[in-house]
Amino acid sequence: MGRYALKRIVSAIPLLIVISFLIFMFIHLIPGDPARLIAGKDATKADVELVREQLGLNEPLPIQYGKYMKGLVTGDLGYSIKNGKTVVEAIAPRFKPTIMLTISSMIWATIIGVSLGIISAVMKGKAVDYIAMLIAISGISLPGFWLGLELIQIFSVGLGWLPTGGLESWQAYVLPSLTMGSGIMAILARFTRSSMLESMREDYVRTARAKGLSELPVVMRHAFKNSLIEIVTVGGLQIGGLLSGSVMVETVFSIPGLGRLLVDSIKFRDYKVVQALLLFFALEYIVINLIVDLLYGVINPKVRYN
Amino acid sequence: MAEMKSTVNIQNFENVEALPKPKSKVKEFVKKFTKRKTAVISFIFIVLLLLAAILGPYIAPYDASQADYSNLLQGPSAAHIWGTDEFGRDVFSRLLAGTRLSLASALSATIVGTALGILFGLIAGFYGGWIDSLIMRCCDILFSFPDILLAIAIVAILGPGMINVIIAVAVFTVPSFARIMRSATISVKESLYVEVARSIGCKNWRILWVHIFPGTIQSMIVNFTMRVGTAILAASSLSFLGFGANVTEPDWGAMLSQGRNYLNTAPHIVLFPGILIFLTVLAFNLLGDGLRDTLDPKMS
Amino acid sequence: MAEKLLDVKNLRTEFKRDKSWVTAVNDVSFHINKGEILGLVGESGCGKSVTSLSVMRLLPIGTSRVSEGEVFFNGEDILKVDKKKMRKIRGHKISMIFQEPMSSLNPCMRISKQITEAILLHNDLSKDEAYKRAFNVLKSVGIPDPDMTLNSYPHQLSGGMCQRVMIAMAMSCEPDLLIADEPTTALDVTIQAQILALMEKIKEERNTGILLITHDLGVVAEMCSRVIVMYAGRIVEEAPVRELFEAPMHPYTQGLIESVPKLGSDMTSLPSIPGSVPDLSVMPKGCKFAPRCKYAMDICREKEPELVAVPGQEHRCSRCVLHKLEEKEVSKL
Repeated sequence: MGRYALKRIVSAIPLLIVISFLIFMFIHLIPGDPARLIAGKDATKADVELVREQLGLNEPLPIQYGKYMKGLVTGDLGYSIKNGKTVVEAIAPRFKPTIMLTISSMIWATIIGVSLGIISAVMKGKAVDYIAMLIAISGISLPGFWLGLELIQIFSVGLGWLPTGGLESWQAYVLPSLTMGSGIMAILARFTRSSMLESMREDYVRTARAKGLSELPVVMRHAFKNSLIEIVTVGGLQIGGLLSGSVMVETVFSIPGLGRLLVDSIKFRDYKVVQALLLFFALEYIVINLIVDLLYGVINPKVRYN
Repeated sequence: MAEMKSTVNIQNFENVEALPKPKSKVKEFVKKFTKRKTAVISFIFIVLLLLAAILGPYIAPYDASQADYSNLLQGPSAAHIWGTDEFGRDVFSRLLAGTRLSLASALSATIVGTALGILFGLIAGFYGGWIDSLIMRCCDILFSFPDILLAIAIVAILGPGMINVIIAVAVFTVPSFARIMRSATISVKESLYVEVARSIGCKNWRILWVHIFPGTIQSMIVNFTMRVGTAILAASSLSFLGFGANVTEPDWGAMLSQGRNYLNTAPHIVLFPGILIFLTVLAFNLLGDGLRDTLDPKMS
Repeated sequence: MAEKLLDVKNLRTEFKRDKSWVTAVNDVSFHINKGEILGLVGESGCGKSVTSLSVMRLLPIGTSRVSEGEVFFNGEDILKVDKKKMRKIRGHKISMIFQEPMSSLNPCMRISKQITEAILLHNDLSKDEAYKRAFNVLKSVGIPDPDMTLNSYPHQLSGGMCQRVMIAMAMSCEPDLLIADEPTTALDVTIQAQILALMEKIKEERNTGILLITHDLGVVAEMCSRVIVMYAGRIVEEAPVRELFEAPMHPYTQGLIESVPKLGSDMTSLPSIPGSVPDLSVMPKGCKFAPRCKYAMDICREKEPELVAVPGQEHRCSRCVLHKLEEKEVSKL
């Protein structure tokens, strides 16, 4: 297990380096002159040069890269051109809303999605199964931003039950979290179903029945426990996607989180902030992948004891 | 001459080995497929959408970009069945025009992405070794960004605009196809008829295209169908964020983005484009599900 | 007269295929006495496993059904008892072991949990007592270090060990009947012999009735007192083991026995039965074996012969026209 964990962690390092390099290159991949783009069409040559200097683009590439890597290690990610704050200062207050949203969405989506999947698998071919799977495929096909708008229209504008945006009270989290979790719920439901159907065909489930166990322990203790290994893998990867799914939801519900900051910064050509956010999202995805891999090792005895 | 003869032999061999007559296979597929009602309905819906995309301008009741300031934000009525928007433009006509735009961008992005994915997957699976590692590591990197974030990052580099959205969506389509193609290639490569082809001296590229590619076509069709749905969703999401189509264009996502300002007074502007995106994506997903169940019953 | 432990009468099991029901097992009757090993042989797909799963009522619900017949276990028709009562019988009075010991054990549960699960279910014992019992059964099936095995996961054990664990699990509640479905097929020969010896021992010590399902005639010859031969969902012959090998009556049984390689015989031409088992949905009209039978006559293709008792021999039946004819000739004399 220890060796497995070490191997996993070590194998993530080159990926991290490559990605950080790609994100460093990001500003240089922009067609045209980024300094000119930021300064605007009407800017004087001097203004453009000033911007170039602020971004550090006038130095040779290797030196820029050296400074960038040093910045990553020391936590100095440069300045936001929007209001002169450091990038860290600009990003820090945005964490909480995004993380709260992600966690609340993940919790309900996992509980509902996995339960729907199990029920569907057990009731395969019955009406319940069809309804659950219709819900699931609808969840996958729903454009999240539209679902958000319709929820606002019904529950905020129409019924006046819940706020349209912001994050002042817990009620404000309900609609965004519903919107954000719907896709994950659907994916988990479909995946749980197919995984459960597979494990319920396994020999050991027949053995469990032959012992005289009733359906509930057969399904939960034997079939589901095995499916769980796969479900954790898929579910874990979904959390990674979810954090960036915040981009859509935060825009619809006007929530000051990381996703919205990314959209705003791209529009404002605040490249240093964009760079930092992309790096964060990629890093977060890699770390979650890693955690999922390790978790997989923990719950899968074949890995744990080899 | 010698090579000609050998290929004929292989084809005979294939026929003897497993495949029944191709005609009966198609018939059997149609018979099985038509049993799945949801998939058939989805297929019909997609055909109608394609027709709408082609015939859009001829059957639309109004000019999609014609403003009418005497009829702003009107709800659905006999004259405007899906109402009008903030410039008095007919929502139905705009959606018709948008069908062409959305389908064209989603299809072209998926086709480009699929073609590249297949190419890379075939190469990686067939040659193995360092080429395989290189391609697969690149896929890992693309995969380490979630779909929509990758598209946003690409648009952030290239700047907003429909073409850039298509490029972005195409790029994130590549890795999934490359992976499927690679594993399919590896499994087909080990099967008997490829061994035979190799033993009689077929060229690598010939083996790839004549023998390996057809063996993977089924999973490609299924994945392609599903991916079109994802592409539509992604493209409209980008447009909604303001990275895609220009707001003046009748793009589905852009229409939604404009409409959200009038949620209080004219909810229909958001409702109809949203339903259309939803149904379109749903149709592609259901069709994909149906195709998968018919082509590969083991998966269901 | 030995006591009938299990008495299956006219069992008929059907499977759903494209909305219609096809018969997988038809008119199967047999019995097992206490302390007896009954062999059930036939090619794969002949309905051996379906028969055993029908008895256990473990066939998939919805896509299969037992449409006719009775299964008396200790005098009670267990096809008629409610689900709850059936669960008390399963694993407690009738236990089963399967062909693939590795995949028949839950890969993410320790052996201790898997064995005690059954013990706790059917006995009023504490966890410690259940563990102790698991320890003792493992010991009795010849596992040298039960504590270590109990603490393991299936992937840490060998195939032979897994099958011992399966047998221990099946025996943990001291069942009256053990159904062993191809218990040694997946194991190599030396392990096979050990497992068979173990089953023999269990039968001797506890007077357990065993239904041994196999396609291996060697195993049958070694283990069983009586044998049933199945073909295409029907019993084609029943006989005490010695008679079966000395004078097989049904042409199918004859073919089976001929196709076993014998020591010292000329190995260059091993006879085999031509053709293959008919598909369930396109069964021939008359005798199911007729298309492959070298003695087939017109009447064989017309009418399916009945399973008839061979006069003068106990437990001897055959389903072939030839014997009916012989019988008539015998009576004429």
